[in-house]
Parts: sequence; structure tokens; C-alpha cells
Amino acid sequence: MVKPTDILKEEPILEVRNLQTSFFTEKFEVKAVDGVNFAVPKGKTLGIVGESGSGKSITSLSILRLIQNPGKIIGGEILFKGENLLDKSEAQMRRVRGNEISMIFQEPMTSLNPVYTVGQQISESYRIHQNIGKKEAMLRSIDMLKLVGIPSPEQRVKQYPHELSGGMRQRVMIAMALACDPELLIADEPTTALDVTIQAQILELMKELQQRLGMSIVMITHDLGVVAETCDYVAVMYMGKVVEYAKVADLFKNPKHPYTVGLLNSLPRHDIDLGDEELTVIKGSVPSPDNMPKGCRFAPRCPFASEICVEQLPDLEQSEDGNQIRCWIYTDEWDGDPEVKVNG
Amino acid sequence: MFTFIIRRLVQTIPVLIGVTILTFSMIHLVPGDPAQIMAGESASPQQVELMRERLGLNDPIPVQYFDYVSGVLQGDLGNSVRSGRAVSDEIAIRIRPTVELATMSTALSVFIGLIAGVLAAVRRNTFGDTFIMLVALFGLSMPNFWLGIMLIQYLAIGVDIFGFNTGIFAASGWGTWQQQVLPVITLGVAGAAIIARMTRSSMLEVIDQDYIRTARAKGVKERVVVYRHALKNAMIPVVTVVGLQFGSLLGGAVLTESVFAINGLGRFMIDAIRARDFPIMQGGVLVLAFMFVSVNIVVDILYRFLNKRIDLN
Ligand SMILES: Nc1ncnc2c1ncn2[C@@H]1O[C@H](COP(=O)(O)OP(=O)(O)OP(=O)(O)O)[C@@H](O)[C@H]1O
Ligand SMILES: [Mg+2]
Repeated sequence: MVKPTDILKEEPILEVRNLQTSFFTEKFEVKAVDGVNFAVPKGKTLGIVGESGSGKSITSLSILRLIQNPGKIIGGEILFKGENLLDKSEAQMRRVRGNEISMIFQEPMTSLNPVYTVGQQISESYRIHQNIGKKEAMLRSIDMLKLVGIPSPEQRVKQYPHELSGGMRQRVMIAMALACDPELLIADEPTTALDVTIQAQILELMKELQQRLGMSIVMITHDLGVVAETCDYVAVMYMGKVVEYAKVADLFKNPKHPYTVGLLNSLPRHDIDLGDEELTVIKGSVPSPDNMPKGCRFAPRCPFASEICVEQLPDLEQSEDGNQIRCWIYTDEWDGDPEVKVNG
Repeated sequence: MFTFIIRRLVQTIPVLIGVTILTFSMIHLVPGDPAQIMAGESASPQQVELMRERLGLNDPIPVQYFDYVSGVLQGDLGNSVRSGRAVSDEIAIRIRPTVELATMSTALSVFIGLIAGVLAAVRRNTFGDTFIMLVALFGLSMPNFWLGIMLIQYLAIGVDIFGFNTGIFAASGWGTWQQQVLPVITLGVAGAAIIARMTRSSMLEVIDQDYIRTARAKGVKERVVVYRHALKNAMIPVVTVVGLQFGSLLGGAVLTESVFAINGLGRFMIDAIRARDFPIMQGGVLVLAFMFVSVNIVVDILYRFLNKRIDLN
């Protein structure tokens, strides 16, 4: 099998190998993350795309080991700077969280604690990870707010989250995440909940901060437009698995997996907001977790599916251009139309 | 915050006026002739007339009300029919045990209720959670006079175990700590149970919120997540319940006061009602209403202090 680092030109800062995270509900096990592989290059951005429910958020929470009951990481390795985070103690993990790896979330409106001021919440990061006093922490918080482009930060630190707009709150989240100068920032759909102009501003800010601070980013999104603008590599996820993992330029020029092609065909124009409708070009919907296809997870919706697709799960394999793809069409075992053109 | 407190105080003025109208009308609303009732059944017509004059019942109603309110404002609540002493003095003697009892048992309820509720919530659906909630249900469904009697039986009168008598506390009265322990427990248990249940459900709601995940992602210790990030939010609905409870204990600890023979306001009021001692009843209701209103103001201020999102101005 291929290694996720194979396609990187850079050193990896994070490598996720065969990660498996399940939720154990009363009736059955939901394999939310089912053998995920990818690597994040140092100083660059990896995008993770996929429809709602494909396991993007659970993957990112697994990296920081923030999965709560009834969820459990049941296998795999998460190598951060060569060390497996799954081997670390809870106390060691706490030193990683918010310090070496930070996270920002999909929901800026609810991700800040309503009973503490913005300043108190940013300061907390400093006080946990850097042994400094209250005053100093507050001063640095003001600097952070300045860095993320919040006007009159001296006043803002004293405000409560409900006094700020969604875009401002997401800036505060970014300030909080970057406070301790992390090497890796995981951004879980940081702009989904914001309106279009604010989205562009936040993405611009993140790119600018990456250049200035040099951190690596995992950009989770279901918007391929965001990937095109901000990412260097991209992993396409479907039902808890990576189905295609490629350099961004290659993915847009020559998408290989029928699911990726479907996503690209349904790429929403930036000036109109289609909301949840944007993926309807791919026929059918994601199967329910108790009815998991036994072969390729995408087979029931795939226009090219043949016998082997329904029967057997393909592996993630290297394609001729050095990227990685999980699809029978590109293997010697392919039993369908030999002339099939997926992206024709 | 300061303007909020001022505004809140101003708002209570109509409430207090309403209360005085109510207590004033008490005497006119009961069936029968108040002068006759208070003078006693065997009183002669002259005595009844004298009583009527003493109570000012011959004046027009608005004049009577005005006299009443100006008396109240000067701290004059009239005189007890039975003892002849000033109502304010009579109430002052009894109010201390009642307020102390209510305060101590509320403090006990809050202390035990919060800890039990948080522990149950963080252990949700485990044996510990079920156990705590079962104990709380038991505490809630136990009549508190019965609990009082049991406590007196085993911890005041006591039983001998290996030559040691368990009767370490006093069974009656109010003043020393030996006298205070049992009534405070008796009155605090039900409150603790209610607060524990409230805290648990409130915590369970809060612990799944996005901002709790944010705190964990920052590297905050789980203990700090629970007590600093979650509990402060979970407390918001609990504060209201605590306030209501404290208010009701101020007026409603009659049973406990009776079981432990505490010379408190509740018991005193019941006696006054039985004896048709109207000035005492009026004065007592007025004082209780005043305390209730004050407690409510304190609760509102606390609530606002905790919940930054409401803007009452
Ligand atoms: N607490 C839970 N209990 C059971 N199943 C869960 C739980 N949380 C998540 N899942 C399952 O995990 C799957 C992946 O969820 P995840 O949140 O990672 O999706 P996502 O790709 O982030 O989607 P979105 O774009 O909507 O954010 C979901 O389909 C869901 O069935
Ligand atoms: Mg998600």
C-alpha cells in the first residue's frame, strides 16, 4: 500500500495513518472515520473536502483526541513531528492542544463561552501554555486581536461574545487559536457559517497569517472553491475514507475519482448561494451507517460502477501522476468498460 | 449595573404599595366584624365599640389606609391584640431564627446540590449518576417533618452503640450549633435534592455546547472545563430556583419550626391566625413580602451578573 507522505514534496508535519474512529450507538457501530490516510506538509495547506457526514470533523477532532463518548478512536496512528499522538498521556496531549496544534470551528456563533469576555478567553491560552501573569496575558491578547484585524482591540477585549458579529467572533477564534504560535492549525469549515464577503475576508486573513507565521493548515471544507483558493494538497473524503488525495492543481485539471468529478461538476458559482443543493448533481444520497455498502462505498451512486465495485473495497493506490486514488477503474482488476473516461 | 439596580429598586415600589393594600384589606375581607372578632366572643357591646375606636374602624376607608401606611413607614405596625406589645417588637424577636434557619439551610442545599449535580452530570448514565439521582429522589419525596422526627429520634434522643450515645444534637430551640444542626438538615435536604437535579440537567445541556469543545481544544484541564467553563453557565437557571426556595423557606418553615420548637416567624404567624390577632397577621405578611421582594432583587442582580446576554436596560 502507498504511504500518505509519498505525494508530498515537503517534509510532513502531521501524518495520519489508517485512522479509525467509531461511535458506538445502542444498535450499531457508526464508522465515522474508517481508515483515513493523509499527510500535512510543513508550512503548507492540506484541504479536506467531502459532503456533509463524510467524517471531516470527526477526523479533525480525532487528531486532537477530543472525541467524546460514545465515540472512540479504535485504530491507526497520528504522527505529529514523528511522535504518535495516540501514545501520549492526557497531560501530554493538553500541552499539544492549543499550543502546538490549534483548532477553529465551524460555528463561530456558539464556539465562544458566553459568560467570559473575549480577552479572558484568549488570555486563558497564554496562561495555560506560557507561564505568564494576567496583565501580560491581556496585553498579548490585545496584540493578537490587532493581528487578526479587529479594530479598537483595547475595547474589544472587554466585550462578551454576544456583542460581536459572526465574522468578528471567527476572528477572535483565530486569534485564540494562534495565540501560542502553533505549528499546525486545523480549521474546520471556518467560513461556512459566514456570509460571502466575510468568508473571503477570513480566508484572506488566514492566508496572510500563514505567510507571516509559517504554520501549516488543515483546511476542512465542503467547498471546492475554497480548496482552489487556499490549499496546496487536497484529500477528498467519502463515508469515512479518503477516496482521492492529490496536489490541488492536479485535482482540478485531472480529477480521477467519479465522486471528485461529481463534486467538481457541482461546484457552485461564487456569486450565488445554493446552500445544500450544491451537490445534487451526484445522484442519490449518502447511505445510512447501518446500511454500509460492502464494496466501494460510492458504488451505489457511481455512474460507472461494475461488478467488482459492488463486491470489493478498492485500496488507496498510487496513480501514474504520483497522486493517490481509491477506485477500481485505475487498477488492473477493472472489469468494466476498458475505455471508460471518468472526467470526459 | 448600577442603573440596573436603581431601576430594579424603583420597580419594587408599586409592588410594595400593592402589598400594603393587601395587608390593609385583610382585616376588612374576612367575614364578620373585625372588632367583634378581636374583642372576643364574650365581649360586651361597649368593649366591641372601644375596640372599633382603637382600631380606627369608624374612619372612612381611605383615611384608614393612609393612617396605616404612615404608621408602617414609621415602623409602627400596631399592637398585638393578645399581648398588647408592639407588633414590630414581637416580629423582631421571631424573625432572627427564621432568617438564620432559611439562610443556613439554603446554603447547605446549594453546597450539596451543586456538588451532587455536577458529579452526576460528569458521570452521566453511570452507576454513580444513577445512585446520586436516586438519593436525590429519595430526599425530594421524604416529608421533612418526618425527616425531622427521625433525626431527633436518632441524633438528639439517640441510641447506644458500643456504649456511645448518638444523641449529640439538641432536639429543640434555636441558638447554639447543637440546636441548629438538625433543623438545618431537615430543611436543607429537599432543597439540595431539587438543586442537584436542576444542576445535573443544566450541566448536561451545557457540557455538549460548542464552547466547551473550544475550551478542551485550548488545552484546558477537564476539571477546569467543568467548574470554570461549564458550571458558570449551568448556574444561570439554578440561581432562580435557589432564590425561590430561599423565599419560600422564609415564610414556610412552619412544620420544621414546630417539630424543633423553634420560636420563629412561621409558627408565630400560625398562632396569630388561630387567635385572630389581625395586627400580627398584617405585620407578619408585610414583613415576609418585603423580605421576598428583597430576595428577588438579589436574585435578579446575581442572574444578571452571571448571564451577560440579557440586557434589562
Ligand atoms: N455523537 C455521535 N454519535 C453517533 N454518530 C456520530 C456522532 N457524531 C458524528 N457521528 C457520525 O459521524 C459521521 C461523520 O460526522 P462529521 O461530523 O465528521 O461529518 P462532517 O464531514 O464534518 O460533516 P459536515 O460537513 O456536516 O460538518 C456522521 O455521519 C455521523 O453519522
Ligand atoms: Mg463538520
